[in-house]
Amino acid sequence: MTATNRAEIGHPAVPGEPGLPRLLPSRAHAQGVLEPGLDLVAHSRRHGRAGIRGSALIGQVDAAGLTGRGGAAFPVARKLSAVASAGGSPVVVANGAEGEPVSSKDAALLWFAPHLVLDGLQLAAEAVGARTAYLYMHAGRDARGGPDLPSHLHAAMAQRAAAGTDRATVQLIEAPPRFLAGEETALVSLINGGPARPADKQHRPFQRGIGGRPTLVQNVETLAHLALIARHGAAWFRSVGTRTEPGSMLCTIRESDGQVRVAEAALGTPLSWLLRLGDEVQAVLSGGYHGGWLTLTDARRVALCNAELRPAGAIAGAGVLVALPAAHCGLAETASVARSLALESAGQCGPCFNGLPAIAAALAELAQPRPAGRALANLQRWAGLVTGRGACHHPDGTVRFVASALSVFGAEIAVHARGRCTATRSDLFLPVTAPALAESDWR
Amino acid sequence: MPDRSVRLRVNRAACSGHGLCAELLPEFIALDEWGYPLIADAAVPARLARAARRAVTDCPALALRLTGAG
Amino acid sequence: MGITSSTALWYASRATGVVALVLLTVVVVLGILVSRHGQLPGLPRFATTSLHRSMSLLAVAFTAVHVITAIADPYVSIGIAAAIIPFTSAYKAVWIGLGAVSLDIIVALIVTSLARARIGRRSWRAVHWLAYASWPVALLHSIGSSGDLRSGGLLALTVLCTAAVVGATGWRVASAAIAPGRADRAARALASAEASARLPGHLAPGEASAAGGRPLTQAGAR
Repeated sequence: MTATNRAEIGHPAVPGEPGLPRLLPSRAHAQGVLEPGLDLVAHSRRHGRAGIRGSALIGQVDAAGLTGRGGAAFPVARKLSAVASAGGSPVVVANGAEGEPVSSKDAALLWFAPHLVLDGLQLAAEAVGARTAYLYMHAGRDARGGPDLPSHLHAAMAQRAAAGTDRATVQLIEAPPRFLAGEETALVSLINGGPARPADKQHRPFQRGIGGRPTLVQNVETLAHLALIARHGAAWFRSVGTRTEPGSMLCTIRESDGQVRVAEAALGTPLSWLLRLGDEVQAVLSGGYHGGWLTLTDARRVALCNAELRPAGAIAGAGVLVALPAAHCGLAETASVARSLALESAGQCGPCFNGLPAIAAALAELAQPRPAGRALANLQRWAGLVTGRGACHHPDGTVRFVASALSVFGAEIAVHARGRCTATRSDLFLPVTAPALAESDWR
Repeated sequence: MPDRSVRLRVNRAACSGHGLCAELLPEFIALDEWGYPLIADAAVPARLARAARRAVTDCPALALRLTGAG
Repeated sequence: MGITSSTALWYASRATGVVALVLLTVVVVLGILVSRHGQLPGLPRFATTSLHRSMSLLAVAFTAVHVITAIADPYVSIGIAAAIIPFTSAYKAVWIGLGAVSLDIIVALIVTSLARARIGRRSWRAVHWLAYASWPVALLHSIGSSGDLRSGGLLALTVLCTAAVVGATGWRVASAAIAPGRADRAARALASAEASARLPGHLAPGEASAAGGRPLTQAGAR
């Protein structure tokens, strides 16, 4: 998370949108950095007491239509009920390991509203009958001197311990900086002492997870929304957003000039209100590296909701929105990301660790300004071969990203075939993770 | 009505591409270009049930399982 | 070289013991072949696993006869308990004891393999690693318990079996050492895919691609 990120957080996505922001600090920054949310008293003053608890809370969450904010958008009430009725001694995990290099909304939320997340964690634990909880997150320390999130959260947890508010014990677990580290079963595997690699879905975490116990895994943002529903109820939650996709969500927005900020927007907000979509923008990526590209025309037309994004070949996902400048080559960017996604494979499933590299190499051919022979035909074949044939959705998400690129940058493919390229810059715009080649990188 | 058909499912993380399953059930399982199984997403026909059970038992990686009745 | 006078049971025990050792050798080699995705020439893969399984049951059968005849033989005092509980035999405690160890391991292998589906992959694999121990223990037991294998044709047979197991195990260890672990597989596949696409200046595994781009030969104007 860069300094630019932190400076611009809390800026309402739509000036004047009533009721926003809910999760992020409401006061605009004076200069430089906003206060990290370590004031427990201020937190209580702003949000009040959580009156709706236990099974009543599950009912309100259901009525609110809250879905997971980690990207998969699974109905939260269904997960809560499943774990609550699973028996045994359940466990709850707050999942803050966003994994995507282009996403920093979980880091921002943990920095600015840790108590909201921790409230949500306690409330969810209470609702499912859990006394043990985990907070799973990336360390957040990077070469650029990003914030020390673990220390920050430890401080928040210490404040709560002093206040004696929490019933479930919370343990902070550092996730390795892998793209797949935040996948539910990968998270369970790591906390169980193994590598952060996804597992076969025969037994899902809500049935058998950490220590073999029923485990509720929820994104940190989801828990923050839950904490607010516990105070204000379902009708309040639904007062923004759309009928089928209610509420608000955090977005990581990367403008075409490279500026990054995290903002909170109501579902259904037009993308043009969230990003600058002038003619300097070539295409928009929505949903991160498992999401999809949108043409500039489509981006100007659609809103932030799956109902409009999916038909256009993208997803809302975890709210990543990137405006690709026209000066860059969309195919080169896609090839670079596809390469990093291939290297982020857990190396378990043949179709994934063979297919994604093959796809990445074919894209690299298309990214060259020369005829690419059978690369395109091979890409179509491999895309069909890997979808649905992994233990997790890494191949599927990668194929969605690549397929949307072939569509959106189709004209560029033809240009490259004639030996040219419309880009004027040869450096890369999209950030990618460094390859992890040692077993220790997964633990 | 819940789906009670007998289906052959593979644990993709455990499968290491031995290929016995495709030998035992050539009408139902093919191998992709990397040697990994492409399993028909349909109920296992009754006449193949025995071969399917054998594939489950014989898989060196224990990666196959039969779901549903039977 | 004469064989010392003994009962028919003693003969039977030694003979079935030799056959059991040879069968155990075949089972171990076949097991290693399967684990390395190998095949017997001309046979489908499921034949190799079938053979491994049937040979192992045959080995158990011969081992059972070998043990029973040894217990029944009045010439040597080996009780039932000594056959199962290692190092409790009155006769040649150490060497018979090693036989008991080998027997225990083999029984564990067979039982867990029959119940494979029920105990799950992880437990089955953990026990099956003991297979590598069962053979050398059986060999030591064979060499020490009677002088049969130390000369003549049986010595040659023993050397052959040892060579087979050592060779197969060596091959297993070598292939495992050069095979990419999970952390490496995608990178290896990528390097090979990039090489076959004959990309100019393709990056070797281990190089991050974020910094710097690929050169444009002709950049068009927008």
